[in-house]
Amino acid sequence: MVLESKIPEGPLAEKWSKHKFSLKLVNPANKRKYDIIVVGTGLAGASAAASLAELGYNVKAFTFHDSPRRAHSIAAQGGINAAKNYQNDGDSVYRLFYDTIKGGDYRAREANVHRLAEVSVNIIDQCVAQGVPFAREYGGLLANRSFGGAQVSRTFYARGQTGQQLLLGAYSALSRQVATGKVKMYTRSEMLDLVMVDGKARGIVTRNLVTGQIESHSAHAVLLCTGGYGNVFYLSTNAMYCNVTAAWRAHKKGALFANPCFTQIHPTCIPVSGDYQSKLTLMSESLRNDGRVWVPLKVGDKRKPEDIPEAERDYFLERKYPAFGNLVPRDVASRNAKYVCDEGRGVGSTGLAVYMDFADAIKRDSLKVIEARYGNLFEMYEKITGENPYNTPMKIYPAVHYTMGGLWVDYNLMTTIPGLYALGEANFSDHGANRLGASALMQGLADGYFVIPYTIGDYLAQMPYEKVSNDRAEFKDAEAKVKETINKILSIKGTRTVDELHRELGLLIWDYCGMSRTKEGLTSAREKVRALRNEFWTNVKVVGTNEEFNQTLEKALRLIDFIELGELMILDALDRNESCGGHFREEFQTPDGEALRNDQEYAYVAAWEYEQNMHAVLHKEQLKFENVTPSTRSYK
Amino acid sequence: MNLNLHIWRQPNGQSAGRMVEYNVKDISEEMSFLEMLDVLNEDLLRKGEDPVAFDHDCREGICGTCSLVINGRPHGPYTTTTCQLHMRSFKDGETVYIEPWRAKAFPLVKDLVVNRSAFDRIIQSGGYVSVNTGSARDANETPIGKEIADEAMNSATCIGCGACVAACKNASAMLFVSAKISQLAMLPQGKPERKRRAEAMVAQMDAEGFGACTNTGACAAECPKSISMSNIAMMNREYTSAKLTSDAV
Repeated sequence: MVLESKIPEGPLAEKWSKHKFSLKLVNPANKRKYDIIVVGTGLAGASAAASLAELGYNVKAFTFHDSPRRAHSIAAQGGINAAKNYQNDGDSVYRLFYDTIKGGDYRAREANVHRLAEVSVNIIDQCVAQGVPFAREYGGLLANRSFGGAQVSRTFYARGQTGQQLLLGAYSALSRQVATGKVKMYTRSEMLDLVMVDGKARGIVTRNLVTGQIESHSAHAVLLCTGGYGNVFYLSTNAMYCNVTAAWRAHKKGALFANPCFTQIHPTCIPVSGDYQSKLTLMSESLRNDGRVWVPLKVGDKRKPEDIPEAERDYFLERKYPAFGNLVPRDVASRNAKYVCDEGRGVGSTGLAVYMDFADAIKRDSLKVIEARYGNLFEMYEKITGENPYNTPMKIYPAVHYTMGGLWVDYNLMTTIPGLYALGEANFSDHGANRLGASALMQGLADGYFVIPYTIGDYLAQMPYEKVSNDRAEFKDAEAKVKETINKILSIKGTRTVDELHRELGLLIWDYCGMSRTKEGLTSAREKVRALRNEFWTNVKVVGTNEEFNQTLEKALRLIDFIELGELMILDALDRNESCGGHFREEFQTPDGEALRNDQEYAYVAAWEYEQNMHAVLHKEQLKFENVTPSTRSYK
Repeated sequence: MNLNLHIWRQPNGQSAGRMVEYNVKDISEEMSFLEMLDVLNEDLLRKGEDPVAFDHDCREGICGTCSLVINGRPHGPYTTTTCQLHMRSFKDGETVYIEPWRAKAFPLVKDLVVNRSAFDRIIQSGGYVSVNTGSARDANETPIGKEIADEAMNSATCIGCGACVAACKNASAMLFVSAKISQLAMLPQGKPERKRRAEAMVAQMDAEGFGACTNTGACAAECPKSISMSNIAMMNREYTSAKLTSDAV
């Protein structure tokens, strides 16, 4: 298989404009003849569904939530980047492009990233026009702040609830189209398979989560906007329902899965408190603007943080990275927190935490200013931990937060299956091996508002208007297979609960394919994950029936895909004999412990083809850097 | 700690429901309320019994999915979402009653899960600014005073959980609806459609079967995002002035 990235020719800054002109158009009167399925209604899905419906296409939008407004995009706190240069501090489209490529540790496509930076400015305009109440200065203009990995202030925000406000903006645009009848909304409806007709994506099979009804839906194209796979780790900052099932089922139908081992560990989360823990809560990275990260200088120092004098504290990020200090990229901040905890200098009851201290910021800017900046985050922290961060430093620890890997897509966001697109976190395309803060919201909305409305026309213009009926054998076969899988799971009646098995998977992946990886560990983990898959198919316990609201069955159907994906992550991490971004192989580091990238041999996108029993086949897309020269990231 | 739970069980909207008693043991006070229910459900599963269905997702207080009435109060004893309630708020040996949102406009799905799509239909009736993708002008060409932006943000923080409806003796959705009407009426972007919006959203709210507002303030008292009653006053002004100068929706 040859991976055609379809990156347009020409100078970097002109590629997207030229490409938009060269794409085929669908006549306005003909758009109503095409149906498009959008799976997922987060930032990418809601913005795509609304924008495509505005153009005149018939959209069917699916979410497993009770309402499109619940998608996990809503939980993004910090902000959204855009190269507006409103602050006159030297920002530009090219700088945002450069920062993103560099932040991604040179494992993303130049052309995609430049397009992302270009449309970033339109996103802010669009959101403001929708009534998104971004933070403003007294003069009435938009406020910005800086964010990890950047030296300019280009992040737009709405208190600590930027994701919520952007999602509600996209949701309102979607709701408007539902009212016009151009979008048909299916809630509590989960995609369980992709249906192909003559080699093209032509529909999906869904399960109605309330009645258990297995249904199929046909269309001319299918968009997967189904988010990331961070819940493979069981504990992550993702919402409980986030899953890889839609993407994985598409993968099993032939869509290649790219860079699965590129997962992002977020440095500032509330530490784990016990075995019952169901999820981890992120504290926005924006806190690193004012919070100073430290641990005691001495191993085993159990004094209260306020009793440890300045001279006996180690502000390890400021010490090791004087230029960026507490604002180093996420992977660097996370790994260093792990190191100081491994040295025995971690704090809190588990020793798996570091302090983030606001005392100096409060002294410098006043309590009032800090409260205005982070009030709701501090409140959230206090609710969860029972500690007041105005008086005592926060305790934080890294947790899985985002997955850069995802379905392989070309420049048009099409996967290797014709007619199947992947948008937002579900694709692999823009963040390389590491995502910069405030760039996930940007990418989700860029794909949905400003990329897919152009690129999908090029495909549809070559498609006949004829609809395919979901009575066809392809649909009936897919439905039968889904029912067979469900019946099989229900008939096992074993002894292990779904959550138990999921926790076990999560620990395996966290220990062996988390912040730091080794060949030996990965090899042993692969066997363990395979054994776990076997355990699932022979010993899982799911009660009840399919024909009811059955949350245990929902979880079981998601878990089996996570188990298979976990193995693919391990394969990918084993293949990549280098350290870059979120992927840190202990065998490949510099003498002072920094990541050692290998551009000679590994400047490629690893795209995996599904084969029976997880004997995945690797395809490589070589990355070309024509505008930036890959350099070693240095934040010192 | 050990707790005595009384939980509403109802297989679906068509069957009758009842309170069922459960005891949970060795609950840590660091657990969240939903993690305590996870423990109960794991026990039930091991015994081969049907776990208690409840809605939840982000577990960080922002998605608005979780929805439990705990000891008679939506989201429990504090103004927070259920997922942000921790067991340190309860005493060892306490009896806790757990019920679903109860409102005609929120039909029951199973146990503690209800259908809140009425809220979506209210937003679909007018809770938006009509602006197509790509037609926006530069964001800074519309200056908005900080005070107004902050006020609009206060209204916009509504998470659509429905606690206001569950708290109200009339099952009124006025707080939810008014928060969206106020947010958009305050901002210059929302002004062209403010009359049509107020009329349409109020009409849809009534059509969904939500009750009237009698100003008891139970909604605002229970709102996990502190949406203020002043939104309702603003909605009433918007609605009245729209009706008086009607565009006749």
